[in-house]
Amino acid sequence: MSTSTTLEAPNSGTWDGGNEPLKASYGKLMMWFFLLSDAFTFGSFLIVYGLSRHKHLPYTGEADAFTFSTQWWPIPEKVFNAFPGFHGVDLPLAFVALMTMILILSSVTMVLSVEAGHRMDKEAVQKWLLWTILFGSIFLGCQAWEWSHFITGTEEGMLLADGTRVFGANLTINQYGPPLFADLFFFITGFHGTHVLSGVVLLIMIFINTVNGVYQKRGHYEMVEKVGLYWHFVDLVWVFVFTFFYLI
Amino acid sequence: MAMHSDHSHDFTQTGEIPKAQTKAIWRTFMILVGLTALEFVFAFFMEASTLRNSIFIVLTIFKAFYIVAEFMHLKHETKALIWAILIPMALVIWLMVALISEGSYYFDSVTNYFK
Repeated sequence: MSTSTTLEAPNSGTWDGGNEPLKASYGKLMMWFFLLSDAFTFGSFLIVYGLSRHKHLPYTGEADAFTFSTQWWPIPEKVFNAFPGFHGVDLPLAFVALMTMILILSSVTMVLSVEAGHRMDKEAVQKWLLWTILFGSIFLGCQAWEWSHFITGTEEGMLLADGTRVFGANLTINQYGPPLFADLFFFITGFHGTHVLSGVVLLIMIFINTVNGVYQKRGHYEMVEKVGLYWHFVDLVWVFVFTFFYLI
Repeated sequence: MAMHSDHSHDFTQTGEIPKAQTKAIWRTFMILVGLTALEFVFAFFMEASTLRNSIFIVLTIFKAFYIVAEFMHLKHETKALIWAILIPMALVIWLMVALISEGSYYFDSVTNYFK
C-alpha cells in the first residue's frame, strides 16, 4: 500500500530523478534532441544536393547568355525569377526574398509570444501567436504559388535536341536542367513546407489552449516555449535552404 | 468538462503583469534582416565565384548563430546542453564537406577518364 503514496511524491534525491543536469525540463530537452535528429534529416538532404551539384557540369558561360539545358546545373537566379502579378518580368530571387522576410518575421512574433508567456501575459501570448499563425500561413501560400509556377514552367520552356520543347518540371522531366534538380527542389522545399504546415497546426493547438486558459491555470507557458523551439528550427532550416538552394 | 466548470475562480494574475522586455528581440531581428539584405547585395553585385559562395556560407552561419543562440535561447542554457547540440552538428558539417568533394571527384572521373 505504501508504494502508491511514494509514487505520488516527486523524487528529490540526486540519484532518483530529483537532479536536472542540463537545467532544462524533460519536454524541452526532448524537443532539442528531436530537432537535432531533424537537423540530420535536413542535413542529409542538403548534403545530397551538394553532392549532386558537384557531380554535374557547372554552367561556365556568360550569365546573360544562360539557357536551360540538361547539360548543366541551372543558375538559381534564372530559375526563380517570377513574382505573382508580374508576369514575364525578370525579378531574380524577389519572391524568395519576400518569403524569407515573412518567415523571419514569424520567428520574431513567436519569440515575442514566448516572452509574453514568461510574464504570464495571456493577452499578449494570444496576440503574438495569432501573428505567427498568420505569417506561417502566408509563407505556406507563397510556397504553394512557387511550386505551381515551378511545375507549370515558363512560356519558352526548354528546347530539346529533337526540336520539341518541355515546359515546367515533374519528377522525371524538368525544363530548368537535370531532372535531379527538380527532384531535389520538390524534396527539400516540400519537406520544409511539411514542417511549416505541422508548425502551423501546433500553433493553432496551443493558441486554442491559451484562449481556454489551460496554461494560465497550469501556471506556466512552457508548451509555447517548446512549440517556439520547433518554429525557430523551421526558420533556421529555411535559412540554410535559402543559401544552398537559391543563392549558391 | 471539469476544466470548464470552474470559471468563477480561474487562475488570475495577482498584481501587475511586468513590462515586456523586447529590445533584444528586435535587435536580433534587425541583425537577421541586415544579414539577409547583405546576402542579396552580394547576389546581385558580385559575379558568382568560390569567394562569393564562401561569403554566403559565412553569412548563413552568422544568421544561424543568432537564431539558435537568441531566439532558441541556446546561449543561455547549460554548457553540457550547448555541446550536446553543437558536436553532432559539427559532424554533419564534416560529412557535408566530405561528400561535396566526393561529388567533385565523381564528376572529374566520369568526364575526364575516357579522354
